Amino acid sequence: MSPVIDIRNLSARSAVGPILRDVSLSVNAGEVMALVGESGAGKSTIAKAVLGILPAGIEVTGGNIFFEGTDLLALSPARLRDMLGVRIALIPQDPLTSLNPARRIGDQLTDGLRLRAGMNRKRAFDRAMSLLNDVHIREPERVLKRYPHELSGGMRQRVLIAQAFSLNPHVIIADEPTTALDVTVQKQVLRLIRDMQREHKTTLLFVTHDLGVVAQICDRMTVLYGGKVLEQGFTAQILKNPQSPYTRALLAASPRYDQPEQSLEPVPEALIAELQREISA
Amino acid sequence: MPRDLRIWLGGGFILFLILVAMFAPLLAPFDPLEQDLMAATAAPGVEPGHWLGTDSLGRDVLSRLIYGTRIALTVAFVAAALACLLGTTLGLLAGYYRGWVDAMVSRLVDIWMAFPPVLLSILLVAVLGAGLTSVIIAIVVIDWTRFARVVRAETQQQARLEYAEAASALGMGHGAILWREVLPNVLPVVLVLLSLEMGIAVIVEAILSFVGLSVSTDTPTWGGMIAEGRQIIYQAWWVLVFPLGALFLTVLAFNQLGDGLRQWLDPMLKR
Amino acid sequence: MPLSIILSRALSALLTLFGVMVVVFVLVRVVPGDPISMMIAPGATDADIAALRAHYGLDLPIWQQFWVWFKQVLQGNLGTSISMKQGVITIIAQRLPATLELAIFALIMAVIWGGFIALVSTAWRGTWVERAIDNFNGIMLAVPDFIWALTFVLVLGVLVPVLPISGRSDPSIDAGLATQFYILEGLARAKFAFVWDVLKHMLLPACALAFPLAAVIGRVLKNTMMDVMVQDYITLARIKGLSSIRILLQEALRNAAVPALALTGVQFTFLIGGTVITERIFSYPGIGNLAIDAVINRDLPLIQGLVLTFGIIFIIVNMAVDALTVWLNPRLRHA
Repeated sequence: MSPVIDIRNLSARSAVGPILRDVSLSVNAGEVMALVGESGAGKSTIAKAVLGILPAGIEVTGGNIFFEGTDLLALSPARLRDMLGVRIALIPQDPLTSLNPARRIGDQLTDGLRLRAGMNRKRAFDRAMSLLNDVHIREPERVLKRYPHELSGGMRQRVLIAQAFSLNPHVIIADEPTTALDVTVQKQVLRLIRDMQREHKTTLLFVTHDLGVVAQICDRMTVLYGGKVLEQGFTAQILKNPQSPYTRALLAASPRYDQPEQSLEPVPEALIAELQREISA
Repeated sequence: MPRDLRIWLGGGFILFLILVAMFAPLLAPFDPLEQDLMAATAAPGVEPGHWLGTDSLGRDVLSRLIYGTRIALTVAFVAAALACLLGTTLGLLAGYYRGWVDAMVSRLVDIWMAFPPVLLSILLVAVLGAGLTSVIIAIVVIDWTRFARVVRAETQQQARLEYAEAASALGMGHGAILWREVLPNVLPVVLVLLSLEMGIAVIVEAILSFVGLSVSTDTPTWGGMIAEGRQIIYQAWWVLVFPLGALFLTVLAFNQLGDGLRQWLDPMLKR
Repeated sequence: MPLSIILSRALSALLTLFGVMVVVFVLVRVVPGDPISMMIAPGATDADIAALRAHYGLDLPIWQQFWVWFKQVLQGNLGTSISMKQGVITIIAQRLPATLELAIFALIMAVIWGGFIALVSTAWRGTWVERAIDNFNGIMLAVPDFIWALTFVLVLGVLVPVLPISGRSDPSIDAGLATQFYILEGLARAKFAFVWDVLKHMLLPACALAFPLAAVIGRVLKNTMMDVMVQDYITLARIKGLSSIRILLQEALRNAAVPALALTGVQFTFLIGGTVITERIFSYPGIGNLAIDAVINRDLPLIQGLVLTFGIIFIIVNMAVDALTVWLNPRLRHA
């Protein structure tokens, strides 16, 4: 089986220094792949590189990102735009800032259905309504007429999830989709993403710093530090038997999903210093 | 030392105007009032010595332009300074004392904003009688609001800051706090406004001259020249072009100076 | 918006209007000089003056005079013009449409031009296009309508005479209209040649009025658009595959329009104030030009009526802007 996303030797740098160093990873169809690391590890940069939205000042210095055999980095902006939304979609990090405050939910949710799938307004709204049903929003008709500020954070994230799935994309990138939410809502949203992913058989690239989340929904995981891949493999295996000392330390520093009361160890400074030496070598 | 080019260009041009106004008798090739009907409406360079041509009475355009700087600058500096003084004082009081003083000043500003300023100035000068003093009074009466509005807002903000409270705790009186603590911090904004206001004052004077209400028609003013130029525009475009150009450059200079000052002083405000 | 806020806004507007009336009234009476001397024609006898005095109630104490005038105004009676021997209301009603059509035409031009400036410089942000527009905008902003008006007269009216520089329409065309709303009625009656002629007459004065406003709109709109363009929902719209133009117009412009609108409202009142001198320069038959004539002719009732008219327009514009701001901002609408 050929991978849906195949990143090969991707390197990127900013004015300050390298951000990604020779990153390679592949995601198979229908699989959930976690990108794990602390902030600055480069996991978000990888997601942004796939979506073609790297901020000004960060430039890719080498490597390829193959999506179903096409190198995304070689595409013209127009060709990339043709793929986005339809074949690749995003569930953003912050539902509060990711919806346009001046437009109704219905208009925003149906953008893709109307402009990309060519539906008329009526059909697009019918489809949007069933999408909202799928993400367990009650009274979808009324919600479609609302403005974002009239919905709670959890509701907004559901809307954004519905939007991401609306055109049945092959790949969805979820960029820390639960970080901005209340703890109680986090679980529901996580479960929703997993259910939707299974139902649509979507390939999911899940960016997170939370190993608990990884354990719950990801098939495989890639651990990053300082823009470098430290470890890659099946989630269950890595969590049980981490090979890299950093992953081990990270595990010790996270609350265990099965033993939340366990006391936490910070990542030892000596280890960090060693990692940094290793990376810059 | 400001590095902003706009401050140097704007300030330089204004300095140039000041020098022209001071040495007008030396610079002007002709007496600005001297009529020469034989050489009336001569195009630039046609009559010897009349480099910028002559108007319908044969008066030298260049000489009138040079003498015109005197009225323009007098109005710019005197009217703007007085409007600044009045507006800043009222703005400081309104912003600092709040309460009924603020309510009064704010209401006055609202009412003033409801008048078209040009109409109000024409009306004022008509009531007071044409003349330089009336023009200056009219500009002060109309434009004090520009200062009052901004200074009031700025003072409200400053008075809330800690140094004002600290000064108050030290037992400083209201007057001393206003004078020594608040005013210096509001001053940069006032300076910028003052520069912009000078440009506005020059325009208002020109407009009043244009309507025929400024100083007596004997005294050369840019506005008066423009008014005459508008009337004989089909016969002698140069009578309009040169004073209009002078007005344009002067307004632009005051504006660029103001904008430059704003940027230069801004980081100081934020400190 | 809660009713209490609407009420307090309306009350504040009325108070401002009342203040405007007081100021006009006091201005033409208390300031040195006998108001009657502003009115009399040369060669009037003492008896004429006394009669005029009684006619205008000028023999009463000033506060009574004000009260008389105030009551008249409330009844819709602004008196009779001294120079034109006609009811002030009649004269204003005849001239107001010309000014309204000019001001609104100028506003539309300013909004389109300013919006265009903002969109282009946002789309090409960080390039020489943005810097060039910024510099040009700075000049448009610094130079007032008075100078623009005269420049247009000179350049487009005289040196390259492509447009008319005086009046409202070609006097040789008699369109036979019933109202003074030349454009509205002309369009309604499908007299397109006439409307075209009126528009040509309006173009230069409207440009002079529109330039400074367009510069303000352009600058504010661009700054707010720049802030909006880095928002997450813009990035997400890009990821949804929306085109750049759609993102600019549908996502960014609408959010940036609200803050720009409030300022446009204030600036529009400046534009209306600018009609006074601009109409004069273009001999345009509106109330601004009329007002200057009224002052020169010392036509007291007409001056009062005109200043009041400007005040009312000012207050209406402000209230309309408030309403529009609320309507465009969903957060305020439901609050």
